[in-house]
Amino acid sequence: MHELAPVSPFVALAYLVSGVLFILALRGLSSPSTSRRGNRMGMVGMAIAMVTTLYTHDVLSLPEILGAIAIGGGIGFIIARRIEMTAMPQLVAAFHSLVGLAAVLVGAAAYLNPGAFGILDPLTNEIHNASRIEMGLGVAIGAITFSGSVIAFLKLNGNMSGKPIMLPGRHVINLATLAAILGLIAYFVTDQSPWIFWTVTALSFVIGFLLIIPIGGADMPVVVSMLNSYSGWAAAAMGFTLGNTAMIITGALVGSSGAILSYIMCKAMNRSFISVIAGGFGAEAGPSGGGAAAADRPYKRGSAEDAAFLMSQADSVIIVPGYGMAVSQAQHALREMGDMLKKEGVSVKYAIHPVAGRMPGHMNVLLAEANVPYDEVFELEDINSEFGQADVAFVIGANDVTNPAAKTDKASPIYGMPILDVANAKSVLFVKRSMGGAGYAGVDNEVFYMDNTMMLLADAKKMVEEIVKALAH
Amino acid sequence: MDFIAILSIFVLACFVGYYVVWSVTPALHTPLMAVTNAISSVIIVGALVASAEAGSLAAKLLGLVAVVFASVNIFGGFAVTERMLAMYKKKERK
Repeated sequence: MHELAPVSPFVALAYLVSGVLFILALRGLSSPSTSRRGNRMGMVGMAIAMVTTLYTHDVLSLPEILGAIAIGGGIGFIIARRIEMTAMPQLVAAFHSLVGLAAVLVGAAAYLNPGAFGILDPLTNEIHNASRIEMGLGVAIGAITFSGSVIAFLKLNGNMSGKPIMLPGRHVINLATLAAILGLIAYFVTDQSPWIFWTVTALSFVIGFLLIIPIGGADMPVVVSMLNSYSGWAAAAMGFTLGNTAMIITGALVGSSGAILSYIMCKAMNRSFISVIAGGFGAEAGPSGGGAAAADRPYKRGSAEDAAFLMSQADSVIIVPGYGMAVSQAQHALREMGDMLKKEGVSVKYAIHPVAGRMPGHMNVLLAEANVPYDEVFELEDINSEFGQADVAFVIGANDVTNPAAKTDKASPIYGMPILDVANAKSVLFVKRSMGGAGYAGVDNEVFYMDNTMMLLADAKKMVEEIVKALAH
Repeated sequence: MDFIAILSIFVLACFVGYYVVWSVTPALHTPLMAVTNAISSVIIVGALVASAEAGSLAAKLLGLVAVVFASVNIFGGFAVTERMLAMYKKKERK
């Protein structure tokens, strides 16, 4: 590794093993049946990395270190046990912010005590040039991850409005800040004065904040994935500084994982990554547009009893859940409804759009929590052709992902987005709180006004519970 | 390790990550985010180095604080992933 800290091959090997175990942890997620074994491998990998580090370093401060691990571990464990599944997006954002902050702190510690990290040049007693760049990048990415995730958390948790906040001239401000950060990191190579290091850190905190505030709530799946990616790159940059394979492998894995998830989310919304990052989506949705006209159009309204009757007579029902289901916590009632229908001999399936909810896979977790078997839950491309044969499409808390305007209306902001073809089902039951307030894109949905659509206007959970009651009769 | 060796590991790991992540089933994307979160806290290695080494009290304190944060993530991340994964069940065959 470095001149001051020669590493025994066994130590390097141990870090490599933990890197490989992390790869296997992700590999396990290719199927629910292997996923838990994978997760355990991840835990073992982490234990190996931590023990190896402690073993190879001075043990004088071991009590403090173990105390710190116990405090943090205890807090983490309690949070993990108590958190509601519907709050998972917030939790992930909060965890990202901690990785970011930890990266900043490690970077700062390395800057203050470079000798400990073996990054001092023994001749000049200054930090290696390469290490300065790695450190600068690591701290910058870490700080962006931290402040960006804090904003994402506040928006997802409802402490801050999900509406985009648009500063005038924000693109200029952002680009200038970004340029200043990169310029200072480059300058850091020639001059390792503290002011440069701390200015880079401070500016990075600011830009993380500026980057996320103009992004609306519905774009959060992309943002959360992107911050996931950043937390990985921050770990990788620190891994370069430390010459640690476990950190580098993990950073690369997490970095690519987040990047791929952002790509999948963008594709599912037919939007470019740049346009999401530029922000402001959903802000221009004027109520003067679709909203006002919508109130005058005729639609059919049904009751829970109507819905129960229709579904009990059907051969097949496809349920399309969306963010609204998560908000009203309707998943348990929904599963009960599904069970009762199955008892009557109805085939019940669930169709999930990739961007349903506030993070990738959000709906799947909620359905799993409610004990819906995962082999009844299908992804968009696997089930979309089945709507044509389905008797009932039961849409609950989803809207834009079912909007045919995405296929037909070139002027629509969601044009080109792949949708679930609920309109092809013989009848559509659409659970929605009220007719006002379209989806996040602010576009009216033709499905509401079709002859074979029945609107069930109520809170999602209440409506489903009433349907369950009606089915029991 | 010299820079090129480290860089090689990094680049190859990016490719491994690319293929492994594409094979993750979309149904498990939320657990994927939770577990990547947990493993990216391997940054705790750096925090442990900082808190174990003498030489700078400030660096040591920063290191210890980073250990606390990273531990929240490690224990919280793995535990919440485990909890989520335990919920995914197959249909009961009768």
